[in-house]
Amino acid sequence: MAEHITLILNGHSLTVPAGVTVAVAILMRGETHFRTSVSGQPRGPLCGMGICYECRVNIDGQAHARSCQIIALDGMEIHT
Amino acid sequence: MLRAVRLAFSGNVLPDALPDALIVGAGIIGAACARELSRAGLQVAVCDESHTIGGGATAAGMGHLAVMDDSPAQFALTSYSQQLWRELAPELPAEAEYLPCGSLWVAADEEELAEVHRKFDFYSARGIPVQILDAAQLAAAEPNLRPGLAGGLLMPADSVCYPPCAAAFLMRDIPFLPGRHVVAVSDTGVTFADGSALAAGCIILATGTAITQLIPGAPVYPRKGHLLITDRYPGFLQHQLIELGYLKSAHSVASDSVAFNAQPRQTGQILIGSSRQYGVEEAQTEPAILQRMLARAVEYMPALADLSAIRTWTGFRAATPDKLPLIGLCDGYKNVYLATGHEGLGISTSLATARLLADQILGRESAIPREPYHPARNFPAHG
Repeated sequence: MAEHITLILNGHSLTVPAGVTVAVAILMRGETHFRTSVSGQPRGPLCGMGICYECRVNIDGQAHARSCQIIALDGMEIHT
Repeated sequence: MLRAVRLAFSGNVLPDALPDALIVGAGIIGAACARELSRAGLQVAVCDESHTIGGGATAAGMGHLAVMDDSPAQFALTSYSQQLWRELAPELPAEAEYLPCGSLWVAADEEELAEVHRKFDFYSARGIPVQILDAAQLAAAEPNLRPGLAGGLLMPADSVCYPPCAAAFLMRDIPFLPGRHVVAVSDTGVTFADGSALAAGCIILATGTAITQLIPGAPVYPRKGHLLITDRYPGFLQHQLIELGYLKSAHSVASDSVAFNAQPRQTGQILIGSSRQYGVEEAQTEPAILQRMLARAVEYMPALADLSAIRTWTGFRAATPDKLPLIGLCDGYKNVYLATGHEGLGISTSLATARLLADQILGRESAIPREPYHPARNFPAHG
């Protein structure tokens, strides 16, 4: 297994250690605004275990994917 | 003798005079009746055993405002009501989420396509906007439908709304008596569960399936349905989609049935139905029925399987043996009227129901014949 993988975050490539979750990859970039709530508030990971749904992002075209529950893969396209 | 009591509720005070009309049930039917009678100059009050406006079947349903043609009387009522909804639409508040998305009946095969053509001829002859889509046009209109479907019937004048907020809007100027469970009704008023009574000039029972508690033997049967709502996926779905096989499901009176029915909400959420069950009184969601319902939906729209559901629930339609509501004077009474039995079309037909009922109470002529909905009509045997 490669030690690092490269994914695409909002159009920019991002190299992170293999095996981290998508949420961790985004946080490693320093980004905490994962999504915007219905009332316009910024939202990011809270529980880190798939319960709170605050860390949802778009992964490979699929909206509302829980980034804390999905391992980042090489070539993944992420939109926050 | 009933003794009228004056009751003041927080924020809800009865009018100075006793109500000319007391409406039992604050669902969309009761709310529409209240608005109609109030606008005609009557003093109106609405009571409900819950503290919520539109909290029963009104909240459980999809909020489809559709024209249907199962029978001439159903067509007359739904098309009249759609005209009334269109007139009301500019007044509706944003939270009523009125969305003129149109309905698209999906034909899976040639047999169902023949039904598309029959419906097209029926509606065209009666001035209802309608369009036939071939397989390619259907795929272009709804790219998430599976390939290989035969075609569809687009009814662009159909729309959807969020019924509880529509009901609250219809009742916004009407005195509301929440938490008042009516246990008995007479020609002079009602008695509540706590023993108190309220007199009224006339009483309108808009209680959905609960009608049999007040009028034993009323031909209304609970028909359970399941629904599911997804997270927000704007653009996933453009129209209210219904499989033409839905009619086979809706018409079967004996067994449990499911049919593909998906509706776009203004929020980008998608409502997915539908199921129909007789003889079930428990309100809990049933995994086996949900599973069948969703399998049917995914059969038509495979991409639904990747969406995230946020809630499932059930509700009880007030079904009658001939699929038409009970609107009008209750048999055996002089001042008690019924407005129930709308099954799956209560939101659609609420405004027309209220208009027809007000016509009868006020001695006005009606725009369409009222006889087909008369509560004391002859019914076929219940299946």
